[in-house]
Amino acid sequence: MYKSEAASWFRIYEMFNFASFHMYGIMGSAVAIGMIGVQFLKKKNYKAIDGTDLSLTPKEKGISRYLFGGIIFGLGWGLAGACPGPMYTLAGVGYISILIVIAGAILGTFLYGLLRKKLPH
Amino acid sequence: MNWILEPWPWYIGGPAIAIFMLSLLIIGKQFGMSSNLRSLCSIGGGGKVADFFNFDWKAQRWNLTIMIGAAIGGFIAANYLSDNTVQINESLLPKLQEYGINSAGEAYLPTEIFASENLNLKNLLILLGGGLLVGFGARYAGGCTSGHGISGLSNLQLPSLIAIVGFFIGGLVMVHLFYPLIF
Repeated sequence: MYKSEAASWFRIYEMFNFASFHMYGIMGSAVAIGMIGVQFLKKKNYKAIDGTDLSLTPKEKGISRYLFGGIIFGLGWGLAGACPGPMYTLAGVGYISILIVIAGAILGTFLYGLLRKKLPH
Repeated sequence: MNWILEPWPWYIGGPAIAIFMLSLLIIGKQFGMSSNLRSLCSIGGGGKVADFFNFDWKAQRWNLTIMIGAAIGGFIAANYLSDNTVQINESLLPKLQEYGINSAGEAYLPTEIFASENLNLKNLLILLGGGLLVGFGARYAGGCTSGHGISGLSNLQLPSLIAIVGFFIGGLVMVHLFYPLIF
């Protein structure tokens, strides 16, 4: 994450300005290889090493939760320049300020837990 | 030995993420980073106020291990394997300077927002607000860039595609409409 610069605020800013192929390359190649891999494992009816089915539960159907939730997430991603994975990476690097972002994210998760039943899903 | 400090190009970083996700599947796990935030809420006793946090977070221990691994990886990469600068497209620099951000190309994160000596009320609100939106949105959408973006799309899930369209709408609105108001 750190080495590929996906944890950098600058790279996220650049991505939302469509000014570099870098982030799109990372996500595009990850998804392309992931897709081929997952379809291959599915076709072979491959089991996980402990003998259970692969954790490929289909996502629940719906539009509003994905769209609204996605937009809210995107606003935060654009502002803090970090999504959940890189947050931990940056905390390890020693950025004190990222702890504030993580605290915010935990608080946001907690708020969602409180409001869940009132939101359209 | 300079090459060791060079950033990884996308064609190393992207496939590495895919291989990581597929390895998790093969050992019977699922790649998703924001679930940890829910686990942390549960560990902190969130189950007392909302059912949503009443779940067996111990079953998610492996995911918390990955979180710690990510932090250790960040520490090693930043201290031994990087010169800790990020070179972005130079055409963006004037705009960033208008926003008062002059550290592009010289730092990994904009020091004007993230350096602890620059912490003021405005930055505090940016950091806390950004995190809050990320945490709330990720759970509402049922996943973040890893769970929807990588795992979901790889499994050809339409909901994940909708969520990613949402991520981009949100990000574009923030950067293009709200940044001029915030900075």
